[in-house]
Amino acid sequence: MDSALFWEMVIKALILILVLLTGFAYLTYYERRGLARIQSRVGPNRAGPAGLLQPVADAVKLIFKEEFIPGKAYKLVFILAPIITVVPAILITATVPWGGVVNIGGREVMLSIADVNVGVLYIMSVASIAVYGVVLGGWASNNKYAMMGGLRSTAQMVSYELALGLSFVGVILLANSMRMSEIVEAQRNLWFVVIQPVGAIVFFFATLAELNRGPFDMPEAEQELSAGYNVEYSGMKFALFFMAEYTKMVSISAIIATLFFGGFRGPWVDAVPGLGPLYMFIKIFLILFLMIWVRASWPRIRYDRLMDFGWKIMLPLSLALVFISAIGILFAELYGDMWMWLVPILSIVAGAIAVHTINLSLRRKANAR
Amino acid sequence: MTTDLILFLILAAVAIATAVGMLLSRNAVYSALFLVLNFTTVAVFYLLLGAPFIAITQVTVYAGAIMVLFLFVIMLLGSEKLPERTVLPWQKPTAVFLAFVLMVEGAYLIFTQTASGIITNNPVESTGSPQAIGELLFSEYLLPFEVTSILLLVAMVGAIVLTGDRKKGGQS
Repeated sequence: MDSALFWEMVIKALILILVLLTGFAYLTYYERRGLARIQSRVGPNRAGPAGLLQPVADAVKLIFKEEFIPGKAYKLVFILAPIITVVPAILITATVPWGGVVNIGGREVMLSIADVNVGVLYIMSVASIAVYGVVLGGWASNNKYAMMGGLRSTAQMVSYELALGLSFVGVILLANSMRMSEIVEAQRNLWFVVIQPVGAIVFFFATLAELNRGPFDMPEAEQELSAGYNVEYSGMKFALFFMAEYTKMVSISAIIATLFFGGFRGPWVDAVPGLGPLYMFIKIFLILFLMIWVRASWPRIRYDRLMDFGWKIMLPLSLALVFISAIGILFAELYGDMWMWLVPILSIVAGAIAVHTINLSLRRKANAR
Repeated sequence: MTTDLILFLILAAVAIATAVGMLLSRNAVYSALFLVLNFTTVAVFYLLLGAPFIAITQVTVYAGAIMVLFLFVIMLLGSEKLPERTVLPWQKPTAVFLAFVLMVEGAYLIFTQTASGIITNNPVESTGSPQAIGELLFSEYLLPFEVTSILLLVAMVGAIVLTGDRKKGGQS
């Protein structure tokens, strides 16, 4: 490896980390303003013009807060847990391509950190490592509520990881590759969200559960479940958990955009490769709005229903979607490309059956009371 | 090649240290964490050998899924702390004996079979890619693959039956 390549990698990684951390700070502002708008409030508007300096004020406040470590806590793991949560949140975007090849000062620079041939699997494995921060944070607090909260969130994350992994499989089948740049390339003519709409929805909800967010935000349920794994954390350590959640939101929006919405592709991106990151930014911005919108609109789902939904609806549905994608691809190879449209039709049918099942189960519960 | 060697030596030290740590720590959660580190180090070994697919699968399956379940069981049972006294008195001599047997076997294999290519230097580039592994799984190793999946299915059904709610259904 020559030194220029080395420095290129270091600079790209640094830029990505800086972008993610700034994205985290301004995502909190975006979310608070968005939520306020939906609830017809104003939201933070005092610090700086239109409240734009609010994240800075929050950061200063959190840094100067007292950090409290419970006396009976397992100190090393207690300190390590927030770090284990944050690092995967930043690492996970390493395989996401942010654009094509750009010419900077006579040097061809690929706008992605690591375009490896197992890119999709890499995302899965990093996501599965992130679970440790939650479970260890709950355990190390040496507090029954924190531990139960940690186990609760971890069980949720592990359960929804299955649906997440299986919805990856649909995309891999359609793109015929696990390399993220080839997945983007395969969506040159048609986004995968058109071919596999239900897959995109399943993926979206699985990631929401994976993030402990939206209608699945058990750690936020202070009133009824006494928060969760982060109940003993304060100051900057609590902020790190918070940071992990929001950084992961940005990362996962980037991954959704890459897998289902054509990644950095958009009009004229072949002629002007610099447009790639801009398109990515727009897509991430819109998907983040979707997440905020979901959080503002839907009540928190009860824990047993959450697990039922994960295991009895999401998992069979995503398995069926894999099967449907495979059938569509097989028919398209055998009888011509028009058969590819079998995939969206059958997917929507499968999705409708799933929604009907949810309705049925809810009705039965209502009658039982 | 030398960078590879240095990397290997450092990683080997880490792998051995974490394995020893796993054995010696008196807290089961720490043991589990050492094992996670060990699995991750082994994954990096696979990367060094040019098999990224196996490396990533190692992290996802062992470090990501199985060890989380281990931690779950340890935490739910509340059995992190090992008792000071050993519960099984015959365990220590048996362990020493079995370890000795394993070491002799390993030494025998290393000293007799080195020439026939157990230790190879060439990376498995052709067999390390996802495509190659997929093709092998669905052609040469199709039967073992299917048998394994049926075994896993049986285990899954068994777990569901064992933990199933007997009051409601009545037939399980």
